[in-house]
Amino acid sequence: MLTAPSLSYSLLAPMLIVFGGAVAGVLVEAFLAKTHRAAVQLTISLGALLLALQQLWRIRDLSSTTAAVNSVAIDKAGIFLQATVVLLALVAVLLIADQDNFVAQASAVPGSSEEINTLQQKSQQTEIFPLFLFAVGGMMLFPVATDLITLFVALEVFSLPLYLLAGLSRRKRLLSQEAALKYFLLGAYASAFFLFGAAFLYGYAGTISLSGISAAFGTANEVFLLIGIVFLSVGLLFKISAVPFHSWTPDVYQGAPTPITAFMAACTKVAAFGAILRIFYVGFAQSQTLWQPIITVIAILTMIFGSIVAITQRDIKRMLAYSSIAHAGFLLSGVVALNKDGLAASLFYLFTYGFTTLAAFGIIGLVKDSAGEVTDLNRWIGLGKKSPLVAGVFAFLLLSFAGIPLTSGFIAKFAIFSAAYKSGNIALVVVGVLASAIAAFFYIRVIIMIFFTDPVNDSVSVIIPSVKSRISITIATLISIILGLAPSLLLNGADNFANFLR
Amino acid sequence: MAIANYLYLSAILFTIGAIGVVVRRNSIVVFMCIELMLNAANLAFVTFARINSNLEGQVVAFFTMVVAACEVVVGLAIIVTIYRSRRSASVDDASLLKR
Repeated sequence: MLTAPSLSYSLLAPMLIVFGGAVAGVLVEAFLAKTHRAAVQLTISLGALLLALQQLWRIRDLSSTTAAVNSVAIDKAGIFLQATVVLLALVAVLLIADQDNFVAQASAVPGSSEEINTLQQKSQQTEIFPLFLFAVGGMMLFPVATDLITLFVALEVFSLPLYLLAGLSRRKRLLSQEAALKYFLLGAYASAFFLFGAAFLYGYAGTISLSGISAAFGTANEVFLLIGIVFLSVGLLFKISAVPFHSWTPDVYQGAPTPITAFMAACTKVAAFGAILRIFYVGFAQSQTLWQPIITVIAILTMIFGSIVAITQRDIKRMLAYSSIAHAGFLLSGVVALNKDGLAASLFYLFTYGFTTLAAFGIIGLVKDSAGEVTDLNRWIGLGKKSPLVAGVFAFLLLSFAGIPLTSGFIAKFAIFSAAYKSGNIALVVVGVLASAIAAFFYIRVIIMIFFTDPVNDSVSVIIPSVKSRISITIATLISIILGLAPSLLLNGADNFANFLR
Repeated sequence: MAIANYLYLSAILFTIGAIGVVVRRNSIVVFMCIELMLNAANLAFVTFARINSNLEGQVVAFFTMVVAACEVVVGLAIIVTIYRSRRSASVDDASLLKR
């Protein structure tokens, strides 16, 4: 006799709404006249995200529980991570709504008459919105998934749309398509490792649930556990671009359309770190002696490598890509800490880093010449004299990345390093502080180039952003500023929400 | 035949796939190697389901097949677009981003 599985729809509502919005977006693509699509798609995306946020607010105080037959944990940290993803997506969708960054027809060969025709007709495909919503839905599912199937499916649901989105840039299309190819091949490679690791964890524990894997510790063959942890970690560390699985990051960040880079850099980090934190805090907490040394070494390598290689970059998007690698290293020290402070600090870090990143890439999208975006750092020289406001905001965001006091980045780094210190990882803290100092050098070098170097005679200028981009960049910057001046607003919240269902 | 042999076979297939991704140059072949790795993981799942005598591993295998099918759709779309732009599917030719 088969019994139907019971699903708690009220707890799953935030994710279901986002997925529902994505499906509605696909139908709009199929049935609505071309002229109305862009407006309707934007409304659907904004509506779905706002509704999902409202549903998350409704369930924020419920006690931790599982939904969907123990495959999904709706707990405090899960709700916080989902809310972070939705908030970041809400701000990112306004950047994405500036459609002139995206290819008019993705299937047209670059430079062909077909492409020129679609550009002249000003017709514009709007499939980015449903793809974006599917990615957001997957990112909401990934940090709350509590068994290996759900983790794998969520990983693919948010990765596959991102592979496509990376290839949809209007200008420099060959670069963009190349970024999509690299991201796809390396991403699929990493998820194969993830799946193979999952198979060995299942072989080890006899169950696919994270709590079952935790409970099996000490009773089963530890070789399988070690193989499982190592291979699973390869897949996860790829997503957060930790060294040595980082090689895709600069290429994809540079090649993808800038609004997508902004979205991807902010939200993928939140989703992937959410899942890593859950897997290591819930599933592998018992076996910490097996993995802590490995992850510590990777965190140290990631911090040092990201900070040092960023110095040599000549392209602003590539530089921020290496900076995001360094930040992945800092965040990994919160995973290694394996205590409640580490979790709370990671939640706070992900939130502030996400908004700072969104704002920074939003501003990069504004600096253009007649041929499109200008990302060459040498051509940013003297931008502070041409447009002081935008350059000033960008400088502030760089200082926040660097972790200068009075910025949100400082509070986040301080919290995460003190959590690592409490757990006894002194080496990690020392390397982290040194890497931050190295990183501060290249951020400040960019600020000096923008403000204190005489402008060369160049056609580069800051375009007047559309209302949507302006709102988006303003919100993200304000959140970053406020959290720097009054961190307790969110720090207390992160502390209250730092709790996984075990 | 000892059931562990299926695990060895799975490990061998996974290794062949993993090496293939690194050494082969045609993106279609690279992609086929990735599919081989996914299938190796599937074989491991089914074998472990037999060893643990429960059905969860077989359920995972079905999900993996569906996900792999989705991956083929996205992957071939990207590879075909690249091929139409450049008349080449070699991963070595895709080197504009290296500067």
